[in-house]
Amino acid sequence: MPDGTTVSQGRTWAAPTDESECLGEAVGLVYRSGDRTLIDGIDLQIPRAGRTVVMGANGAGKSLLLRLLHGLLLPSAGHVRWGGRPLDDALRQQQAMVFQRPVLLRRSVAANIRFVLKLRGRADQARVDATLDEVGLAAHAHQPARLLSGGEQQRLALARALATDPQVLFLDEPTASLDPASTAAIETIVNRAHARGTKIMFVTHDLGQARRLADDVIFLHYGQLAEQSPAQRFFDDPVSQAARDYLDGRLVIRKSSK
Amino acid sequence: MQDFSASFGLAFQLVLAADPDLLEIIALSLKVSLSAVAIACLIGLPVGTAIAMGRFRGRTATIILLNALMGLPPVVVGLLIYLLLSNAGPLGWMRLLYTPGAMIIAQAVLITPIVAALSREVVEQLHCEYAEQFRSLSVPRSSAAAALLWDARYSLLTVALAGFGRAVAEVGAVIIVGGNIDHLTRVMTTAIALETSKGDLALALALGIVLITLALSVNAAVMALRLTATRYAYA
Ligand SMILES: Nc1ncnc2c1ncn2[C@@H]1O[C@H](COP(=O)(O)OP(=O)(O)OP(=O)(O)O)[C@@H](O)[C@H]1O
Ligand SMILES: [Mg+2]
Repeated sequence: MPDGTTVSQGRTWAAPTDESECLGEAVGLVYRSGDRTLIDGIDLQIPRAGRTVVMGANGAGKSLLLRLLHGLLLPSAGHVRWGGRPLDDALRQQQAMVFQRPVLLRRSVAANIRFVLKLRGRADQARVDATLDEVGLAAHAHQPARLLSGGEQQRLALARALATDPQVLFLDEPTASLDPASTAAIETIVNRAHARGTKIMFVTHDLGQARRLADDVIFLHYGQLAEQSPAQRFFDDPVSQAARDYLDGRLVIRKSSK
Repeated sequence: MQDFSASFGLAFQLVLAADPDLLEIIALSLKVSLSAVAIACLIGLPVGTAIAMGRFRGRTATIILLNALMGLPPVVVGLLIYLLLSNAGPLGWMRLLYTPGAMIIAQAVLITPIVAALSREVVEQLHCEYAEQFRSLSVPRSSAAAALLWDARYSLLTVALAGFGRAVAEVGAVIIVGGNIDHLTRVMTTAIALETSKGDLALALALGIVLITLALSVNAAVMALRLTATRYAYA
């Protein structure tokens, strides 16, 4: 297979040729709830550089995969490693996540930023101001965070995540209900963080956005890794049938649910 | 026996004239019940928060017990505190029986479960909302607890006010451990009970008016807090 894309047992993923290129990995990752297997044996290597976009139909397990990678959920089997180490509090402090539904503290906009800065022991007003400035929320600093518009809330959640200078930033559909301008604003901020060296893991359903952002794509299908390919290859000539169907806009409904 | 409307007239006069006896009784009532609320919050908030955030065996049973304790009958609490504080009791050496101290203890025992149970509910709700975000940020437990208490402050204030309302209106416990001694342990509720039985309806009614006004003010305060909280989206 070209482009470092490999296929085995009907599944496909990019195998980094060099160990040092891999920042995180999942090995035999399984997550079960009751008798449902929601994440079904995912082996995954996350390249150190670039923006990895996670795609897949509703319920494919994208949010679950992010939670498992970030250590918010413990896998039923298999493990997650970052830099060769299992995830602990110290490692998680170098990561940040923007949730599908932002959870903001019932405080002012500035206080939301101050809260995380204080946690990391560097809560000076200048830094709070700079952080809000970067996402264009300086004018809203003293407003209650939960009265912001949806797009502003997402920007605040993103600002809060970036305030800790994370090594890895997970974003779970951060622009799902935003207008084009807000979407562009979020993408700009994400790209800026990427330029500063932050590893980006981005879930989206928006094909245009995926094309704009992705350096490589992870495609999930019913809790399995259908494909991991470099972006160009994924969009031009996806290897898996599932991704092909998804890109063509064909809805795939499996008869018996897992 | 005075006639009803005359008593009412006299009662209003007492209130409006700020009768010193009346004021003394009101002051003691407030002192006792506010102290009891302070103690109940000091114990009940941490307990409620710990249960809200905790995952331990017997948690559900603890919550059921706590909720049941909200309905403690005041006279039973009074009796138990009486036994503890009486000369022959284990805490008899403190010589607290028939003092405001004993009344504070009794009311604190009565409303600590209320503060604990209600704050558990309030904090747990917020905890469910924040938990994953806090885990993502690796927020230490102590900081998480502090943040929850702070962000729930409006709801927790209404919890404290509910405790105060219960304490100040309660008569069974304070009359047993306080003894309703004039100028020493006489509070509004015990005075009303006594004056009514003596037939001095004016003073009883005057105190009743004050109590009801107090209850109304507490409820108005709760309402105002709710509105403020909603306006600022803190609720
Ligand atoms: N905590 C959980 N417990 C049990 N089942 C869960 C849990 N979280 C998610 N699921 C189930 O796992 C499946 C995958 O959920 P997930 O949220 O990962 O999907 P997703 O790919 O993010 O979908 P969407 O695009 O709609 O956000 C769903 O069927 C969901 O019902
Ligand atoms: Mg999702």
